[in-house]
Order: sequence, then C-alpha cells, then structure tokens
Amino acid sequence: MGVEVEDRNPEAALGDSVILSTVDAVIGWGRKYSFFLYPFITACCGMEFMSVAGPRYDLDRFGAALPRFSPRQADILFVVGTISHKQAPILVKVYNQMAEPKWVFAYGACVCSGGMYNNYSTVQGIDTILPVDIYVPGCPPRPEIVFDGLLKLQELVAKERSSKWPRGAAPYVPKAKI
Amino acid sequence: MADLAERIKKMSPDAVASVSSSLGQECVVVHKEAILEFMRRLRDEEGMLFNFMMDLTVVDYLGKRDAGSRFEVVYHLYSLKHNHRVRVKAPVSQADPAIDSVVQVWRGADWFEREAWDMYGITFKGHPNLKRILLYEEFVGHPLRKDYPLRKRQPLLGPEN
Repeated sequence: MGVEVEDRNPEAALGDSVILSTVDAVIGWGRKYSFFLYPFITACCGMEFMSVAGPRYDLDRFGAALPRFSPRQADILFVVGTISHKQAPILVKVYNQMAEPKWVFAYGACVCSGGMYNNYSTVQGIDTILPVDIYVPGCPPRPEIVFDGLLKLQELVAKERSSKWPRGAAPYVPKAKI
Repeated sequence: MADLAERIKKMSPDAVASVSSSLGQECVVVHKEAILEFMRRLRDEEGMLFNFMMDLTVVDYLGKRDAGSRFEVVYHLYSLKHNHRVRVKAPVSQADPAIDSVVQVWRGADWFEREAWDMYGITFKGHPNLKRILLYEEFVGHPLRKDYPLRKRQPLLGPEN
C-alpha cells in the first residue's frame, strides 16, 4: 500500500531533502533573477532609465542591475529612446550580436510605437524590425511601471520552454551597409 | 545701431534689394548673385566686422510666394567687435535652388550649409563637402520642403514602418 502512494507522489516519499522539478523550470528560475542588461539609450528616456538603475529605485533588487557594455555579455536589450531609420541598422546589429537566450525590452512610447514622432525619420515601433518581449509605455515611463514590466518579463522567462531557443537573427537585413 | 541696415544698404547699394527693421532686428534682403562678395564685405568693412555667423537656415514659402522666390536662405550675423546683429535673406528660385557657399567667408558655415542641403535641397556652390549631414545617403528627397509627402517613409530596415 505504501508503494502505491509513492508511485503517485514520489516527491513525498523522498522527504524534505529532495525537490523534483523540470529542467526548464529550474533554468527559467535561474535566468529570471540574473538578467544582464544592455542599455541601448538614444534619447530622453535615458534620464529616467538612470533613475531606475540608480540607488533610489535600485534595479538590483530584481537581479537586473548590471549593465554590460558589450552586447555579447547581455541578456536583455533595453531599447530606451526614439529609434530613427538611420539608427535602426545599428540596433539590429547589436541585437544580432547578443548571445541567446535574449529578450528585448521596449522602453517608452517612441520605442513601442514611434510615440509622437510620426514622420519621415522615426521607426514606428521597434517591433517592425525586432521581436519584442515586453512593452512599457510612457513618455518617459515612471520607474514603477518599468519594474512592473521587468517583473512581468521575469514571469514570462520563468515559464519559457527551452524549445523556444534559439530564436535566430532579426528578421530584416539592412539595405545599407553600416 | 538703428541705422545699421541703412548703412549696409549704403555699403552695397547694388546687392541689397530692401531693408527693414522690426523690434530692434535689422533685416537685409539681398540678391543671391551678390551674396559672396556682400558677405565678405560685411565681415571685413570697418563699420561692420561681422566676424560670427550665428545661424544659416532656409525657409520654404511654397504656396505663399511664386516659384521665382520660393526659398529664402537666411543668415544671422553678429559682430563681437561692435556688438550688433543683422539678418540677411537671399531669395532662391524653385527652378534653380542654388546659391554661393559662404564657407570661404566663415568656416563655421560648413555644417549649416550641409544641413540646409539635406533638409531643403539648396545647392551651395563652392562648398568643400556638400553631402547629407543628418539623413542617410539612401534617402531620396528633402524632407523639410513643404511638398515632401507627410506620410512618405524611407526605412533602411523592414517593409512596414
């Protein structure tokens, strides 16, 4: 009889010393608290990002403090500020240089949709050129909503299956050499 | 220096088309053919000494003026010696949107003229390096012209934005 119970719930039979899980869940749990950021900052949202990353709001509380200044060492691409058509090939080059798994954080109205710049020079949302994982609106977004976005991204990362990766290069190739 | 514009007219009567003054801002309209020699005199004449070209830009008067004077190249000059300022305007036609470069008078005009070329398509004859300064080389047209289509997009990446 005892054997039947153990078959149905083997974890109970193992006592407190062992926890059973899936590899994906363990990896996701590890990843979500150890993001390295690559801040791709082009405009005024950068000021607000400094506030988010600085000691008052302290992004480090969520394990995402360390900005890497090489995309090859980063996990999240923080796109902060208006992206112009001239800048877009550089952004895609940076994205393609990042090692997988990698996520893209669209920070602010301009990055999400072009914001108020519906004109000849501005990319109408970076999701037209890159896969975006989380959108944070605001002009610029307050630190609280950035944290909300980061926590939602952590939830997403925790639930991810390893089959999602690799995601591959950005879908568009620049028409001009940079 | 209320008579500055009048003194400029007296200095080069052939180059100046009209003068005006509003709220202490002296303004001189000149013929574009004479611009280079006129600017050189403004810089060097004893009573003028405009050694600082503060700004150079263009206005597009599409629909407000006829095609013969559609554009107006606007210069703002300042003299550190005499502490006086003047605004110089030179009408440029739609058919021949070109004017002499003043880079040889003030080196600082270099990037201003490149920007004016980039945004308005005014050719500055004699400029040492007249190419786009803000936009990319693949861009077609000049976006601050009033007849540039408002919704026209020329992305370097992706078909849809």
